[in-house]
Amino acid sequence: MNSTAKAEKKKRKFVTPKTAPYIFIAPAVILFLLFTVYPVISSLILSFQTTTGGVTEFAGLDNYRRLFNDPLFYQALGNTFIILIIQVPIMLTLAVLLAVLMNSALLRMRGFFRVAFFMPAITALVAYAIVFMILLDENYGIVNYALSLVGIDPIAWLNDPFWAKVSLIIAVTWRWTGYNMVIFLAGLQGISKDLYEAASIDGAGKIRQFFSITLPQLKPIFLFTFVLSTIGTLQLFDEPFILTGGGPNNSTLTISLYLYLNGFRYFDFNYASAIAYVLVIIIAVLSWLQMKVAGDKE
Amino acid sequence: MTTKKKTTNILKKIGLYTLLLIGVFISVFPFYWMFIGATNPSGQIFSIPPNLTPGDHFFENLRNLNETVGIWRVMMNSLIITLVFTLFSVIICSAAGYAFAKYKFKGREAIFFALLLAIMIPYHVTLIPLFQLMADLGWLNTYQAVILPNLAYPFAIFLMRQNMRSLPDSLLEAARVDGAGEFRIFFTVVLPTMRPALAAVAIFLFMFQWNNFLWPLVVLGSSDMYTLPVALSSLVGLSRVDYGQIMLGTTLSTLPIMIFFLLLQRQFISGILGGSVKE
Repeated sequence: MNSTAKAEKKKRKFVTPKTAPYIFIAPAVILFLLFTVYPVISSLILSFQTTTGGVTEFAGLDNYRRLFNDPLFYQALGNTFIILIIQVPIMLTLAVLLAVLMNSALLRMRGFFRVAFFMPAITALVAYAIVFMILLDENYGIVNYALSLVGIDPIAWLNDPFWAKVSLIIAVTWRWTGYNMVIFLAGLQGISKDLYEAASIDGAGKIRQFFSITLPQLKPIFLFTFVLSTIGTLQLFDEPFILTGGGPNNSTLTISLYLYLNGFRYFDFNYASAIAYVLVIIIAVLSWLQMKVAGDKE
Repeated sequence: MTTKKKTTNILKKIGLYTLLLIGVFISVFPFYWMFIGATNPSGQIFSIPPNLTPGDHFFENLRNLNETVGIWRVMMNSLIITLVFTLFSVIICSAAGYAFAKYKFKGREAIFFALLLAIMIPYHVTLIPLFQLMADLGWLNTYQAVILPNLAYPFAIFLMRQNMRSLPDSLLEAARVDGAGEFRIFFTVVLPTMRPALAAVAIFLFMFQWNNFLWPLVVLGSSDMYTLPVALSSLVGLSRVDYGQIMLGTTLSTLPIMIFFLLLQRQFISGILGGSVKE
């Protein structure tokens, strides 16, 4: 009798083990439909329309055609890729080397070093970009002052097309190296000590061990950080927005910045949407390629 | 150990510490420079040779900063938006993660796959339609415009699901046998057991929203609604830039997180790495 009463009670209840999962995912799914799925579709539609004088009409591939004939878009694309190709390898190399040093048995106070190196990763992008803007000031910045002590002439960090890109690369590397180092460090600690012991019995030196054990063992982590950094760099916005405003001469204009300018300075939502979709395609293709390349070597 | 080996070890140690300390200097110096700037008048920041000691201009800078951007109001905006966002997002994402990990239901795989796909999509794609949506709703310049779009954060749902899978089924069954309802199980059994994972995800979400820039920049047009990053960027654009104020502003945006970080570094690091690293 007790069990039938329980069963009846269960029937009347709205929340049962059957309905519960739907109730648990409902808020997330509703929000996801409203604020992700709908905008993703809407922006695809926007990218096939043009708006003139408040009238929106279907325009086929016009926006995309315009994009492929837009020298500024190519420049933004080029800038983003130059930063990507130079910054990501430098940063990941530094991160691995730091992680190897941090993993040394001779090191005490590992916790202190880890906190210090990770510190940049907690700062707001806007905040650190502002600090770098001041550090790199051409006439009064402390970086140029330090260089002057060793006899180097002031560098126009933010006012020269070449150095502006270098500045961006330095800033982004400062922000993310420690972050990646911690990921690599965790990876290093996962490598079995036996491998190194066996290698040193075979007479392999430290450097040989690094190239024939450490690097291959870290491969999945390289892939992970590489994909992450690539996606991050392709979306680079806060730093160029604050540090250089995309200048001088559009030398630090990134795809994201160009998208923002078109959308919210010139209010051309349709054109900006087309840029967004090209960005999606680039990210998708690159991520796929990176996984593919890494997968094939395995 | 031979003395020769001992000396090479000492040399190695010196080399190791020198390299690492140079790294530490590069990592930490900008923060120090920020504090110096925050406590000195604008002119001092650009003096040659540079002034490397803290000054006594902190309160003066604070007063000026408050006159220019209303820093108390801005801090309050940032705090309210970030706290409300983090609280609701943690509940929504952990509930969804729990359902995906511990229930079998129709459509589970498909919905979860859609969420995973969303992790790969750059948020720029949603920027313009979301702006239009907020404008149509009359929500520009409101807290909810900043908070709502990212509440169901796909990556957080994914992390919660991964963590929830380790939850023993026997625990849930025992609670059910005791007659606890599904909601009660979630709030009194699941959430307390998952506290470390919740903390890591909460830190991740808090950092994301506290530092979030592009979306607030787009939807918050009036200065009394600005969050810290938006207010800071508006300072840079002023014609007469007072660097004492700006450095104090960046300090105020960094310091709370930094203190929080020094207190809870382990949870922090695993939180920001988004659980990508198991420690």
